[in-house]
Amino acid sequence: MNLSDLLNQGVTALSAALGRREVSAVEIATAYLDRIEQAQPELNAFITVDREHTLRDALTADSMRAASPTQSLAGIPIAQKDVFCAKGWRTTAGSHMLENFIAPYDSAVVQQLNKQGFVTLGRANMDEFAMGSSNENSYFGPVKNPWDLGRVPGGSSGGSAAAVAAGLAPAATGTDTGGSIRQPAAWCGISGIKPTYGRVSRFGMIAYASSLDQAGMFARSAQDLAILMDVISGHDPRDATSVDRKDSPCAKELDKDIRGLRVGIPKQWFGEGLSAGVKVVVESAIQELVMMGCECVEIDLPMSEQAIPAYYVIAPAEASSNLSRFDGVRFGHRAAQYKDLAELYERSRGEGFGPEVKRRILMGSYVLSHGYYDAYYLQAQRVRRLIANDFERAFTLCDVIAGPVAPTTAFPLGSFGADPVQMYLADLYTIPVNLAGLPALSIPAGFDAGMPVGLQLIGPWWQEARLLQTAHAFQTTTDWHTKRPALYSGLKP
Amino acid sequence: MTRANWEVVIGLETHAQLSTQSKIFSGASVAFGAEPNTQACAVDLGLPGVLPVPNHAAVERAIRFGLAVGAHIAPVSIFARKNYFYPDLPKGYQISQMEIPVVQGGSLRIQTKAGEKIVNLTRAHLEEDAGKSLHEDFQGQSGIDLNRAGTPLLEIVTEPEMRSSEEAVAYARALHALVRWIEICDGNMQEGSFRCDANVSVRPVGQKEFGTRCEIKNLNSFRFLERAIEFEIKRQIELIEEGGQVVQETRLFDPDRDETRSMRSKEDAHDYRYFPDPDLPPLCISEEWIAEVASGMPELPEARRQRYMNELGLTEYDAGLLTATREAGEYFEALRGAAKGADAKLCANWVNGELSAAINRAGLELADAKVNPTQLAGLLVRLTDGTISGKIAKELFEIMWSEGGEADALIESRGLQQISDTGALEGVLKELIAKHPEQVEEYRGGKEKVFGFFVGQAMKATQGKANPAQLNTLLKALLLGG
Amino acid sequence: MRFTEEDVRRVARLSRLALEPKEIEGFQQDLSQILNLAQKLQAIDTTNVEPLAHPGSSSVFLRPDVVTETDQREAFQAVAPEVDRGLYLVPRVVE
Repeated sequence: MNLSDLLNQGVTALSAALGRREVSAVEIATAYLDRIEQAQPELNAFITVDREHTLRDALTADSMRAASPTQSLAGIPIAQKDVFCAKGWRTTAGSHMLENFIAPYDSAVVQQLNKQGFVTLGRANMDEFAMGSSNENSYFGPVKNPWDLGRVPGGSSGGSAAAVAAGLAPAATGTDTGGSIRQPAAWCGISGIKPTYGRVSRFGMIAYASSLDQAGMFARSAQDLAILMDVISGHDPRDATSVDRKDSPCAKELDKDIRGLRVGIPKQWFGEGLSAGVKVVVESAIQELVMMGCECVEIDLPMSEQAIPAYYVIAPAEASSNLSRFDGVRFGHRAAQYKDLAELYERSRGEGFGPEVKRRILMGSYVLSHGYYDAYYLQAQRVRRLIANDFERAFTLCDVIAGPVAPTTAFPLGSFGADPVQMYLADLYTIPVNLAGLPALSIPAGFDAGMPVGLQLIGPWWQEARLLQTAHAFQTTTDWHTKRPALYSGLKP
Repeated sequence: MTRANWEVVIGLETHAQLSTQSKIFSGASVAFGAEPNTQACAVDLGLPGVLPVPNHAAVERAIRFGLAVGAHIAPVSIFARKNYFYPDLPKGYQISQMEIPVVQGGSLRIQTKAGEKIVNLTRAHLEEDAGKSLHEDFQGQSGIDLNRAGTPLLEIVTEPEMRSSEEAVAYARALHALVRWIEICDGNMQEGSFRCDANVSVRPVGQKEFGTRCEIKNLNSFRFLERAIEFEIKRQIELIEEGGQVVQETRLFDPDRDETRSMRSKEDAHDYRYFPDPDLPPLCISEEWIAEVASGMPELPEARRQRYMNELGLTEYDAGLLTATREAGEYFEALRGAAKGADAKLCANWVNGELSAAINRAGLELADAKVNPTQLAGLLVRLTDGTISGKIAKELFEIMWSEGGEADALIESRGLQQISDTGALEGVLKELIAKHPEQVEEYRGGKEKVFGFFVGQAMKATQGKANPAQLNTLLKALLLGG
Repeated sequence: MRFTEEDVRRVARLSRLALEPKEIEGFQQDLSQILNLAQKLQAIDTTNVEPLAHPGSSSVFLRPDVVTETDQREAFQAVAPEVDRGLYLVPRVVE
């Protein structure tokens, strides 16, 4: 296999090639960096690329592998969503507020990947502070969809998804608070997973909405996702919300037979809100599962319509508090002109944050403020419980839930310029999952008018293994996940 | 101003810094006096991405406190965020507990001139301390030191049940002694380990509704607490009597001017937007954990006081002194343990008497007393068994204090034994009687006082070692016998 | 439920965000829309329903009381906008 093909194969293939000494980490990293350089001006998938730093790390990875050949993942490059603190790397969260912030410590996710010898290719572009569904909210400019440069890749992990889709990286980290991994994965035609809340440490992951945020992965296949999940999963005593469990590795039983699996189809998700084109693709993907021996069961998620209202109360509330630390005092942007402390705060924050972030901070402060807390925040958390109960009930009737990721495919850039709140409504299938804390993934399922469509699979709490088995089985009988955007097939190498 | 028409209502909020090694939500040290910002780790600084993780020992100390005041310890309590902007608050919110605190209810007994009173507590909760702002040396600016940010605090809140500055100070002292007794706080007020805020209001005698209250913050001495409250009471009464209204506000005490002043508010409208901290799942405290902590608790002051009165027969006064601090009780217990045969009252008298006087004269704490319980026990044993007299015992104590040494060795080396031998004493007395015939006649003539003269002379002659009881018996017999 | 301009100013002040007049108008419209969304929640009967605040762990992990952090002031203050003699500088805080 030539280098160019190898770069398009994914983590499993790279690991094997590195293991067989067919190629070195330095060679692989150099090749990807060259691709990134070619793609960056148009795609804008990265905020920071540091060739020297990456090649130094690649060299270290080669030594690591030489010293202990069982380090089977050493040297595999990965793009890091710019929300994970990484020591010595500029960590911006897509914001002017952190434009010059060099993180003085590593997040847990970065630490775990570094420990296995993964090599950071660069810091992936994202919606500012992970707030957005299109990657149009980045201070560093929007990311384009590699399948159609006039369209968005999805968000907030748009850069990570675009990078993997365009072949600039075999894998990338992401975060998913309301769909920010699954939706860009779907819109860019790659695989992406959001684990159960509490499976992956949030330590060092710049917080947006603490009770909803989870770190996850993008890759070219469910098989790769399984390997990557095993690297980043695990209890971390530095994150009080991370859960201490001993689950078997996701990669272990990937080939388990899925015959007889009951697949729940939420009746509320296939109605009016879903575009015809997407519906067709998702339904045939589900048919594929049926042909593999799965059984379809209709399930009822009556609280579905409440998910977006609940989310847009809870997430902004938590964000408004999480972002208070950005005040120009200890790090981050500080206004040049101010006459007193109040102005220091107001100007540093007014200048440092973009409009979507401000919108959510304002909303959040409002719903938490005196007199409104019970009616909005508390009520939203109660409705959240009801949404989780819906899923709990559903999972007594089925083993996984299947459905769309988004009502449409990727929309054109600037579609919601005048009406940002309208964009929120497109998160209707992804948000309920975060509210309940469930694991879910998106895998390529086909195309609608040339744009990728994703199939969402949702599992019961802690059943990532089952999810990945199902996805992997789907990917052994279909080849949607191997498709690549024509625009990026000519990169060298 | 007619004070008698007014009733004063006081509630106290005390912040006790818990005596842990590390901070409440991070592994940074809490040691006092470090160079600025050398004990402020990433979590304390609120760097992007950091998360709080609670300190087991801080929770354990909260449980201890709850047990010591007879409170309900919540099986599940919640950490909440109190949101406001201030430079010494790095995250822009303080992690505290709002609706469901770890300790609920409880009470403390206080003593005042009027007698005993129970002060009920509303609650006690865990929270993190903020950093410090320094204003000197920085032209038009303030320098922020975040070493203190994240130090564990227990905020203890009373019901508004105190009715005078005397009661407030008595409560503050009792609480101070208690937190030191159960070893959850070192009580070092200079270092800020124990800080009181007083909520003060007044109302006309007989009125049911409370008046508007003012909060006086950060009083770090009992004297300041008293003076601040007194000033505030006068201020409020005068204000109302002149037709004004008390404005609810926070005030600071200025010890130089002896007055309270309004503080410029830190946060407009005080809208703290409390909500449960999503980074911290509920704090669960099991019955087993509470039982474990309970079994490790020392005997509490009140229980000990009762025991001393009921089982040992000590007076309320003596028992009170011996239980005012844990050190006093422990000295006493150690003393009794070593002084076999010595009466409890005797031990109490010596601890509250000679020992106490000696440490006061020397300006020492009990822990640094120059006579330890073993030494004193040796002395008391010999006093009890008659080896030495009461008078000599006092001398022996002085010797031990200034030179050290064990009772038996000193008694031996300095010949301090009591002279109880009848023969020897008779000899001395007969000599004295022969020497002072007029006084003998005076005594026989009815002048009782002369007895003392002979006792004094006999003591002189024996260097104070005559056994007083023996001496008295023999002297009486000899004087009357003829 | 309308989100008024006064509401915007109030929460902007609470959140320490300086806003231009045209921003205030824009946010007033956006936030009114979001509030309308949130209003939907009012229709749901949540009597006796416990809020779901922590979807993962139901009991917080407690760490042992050990000092694990060393002095990293230099590294942490390398990213600070203004420091002097180890202290973070801000405009004078009046008490």
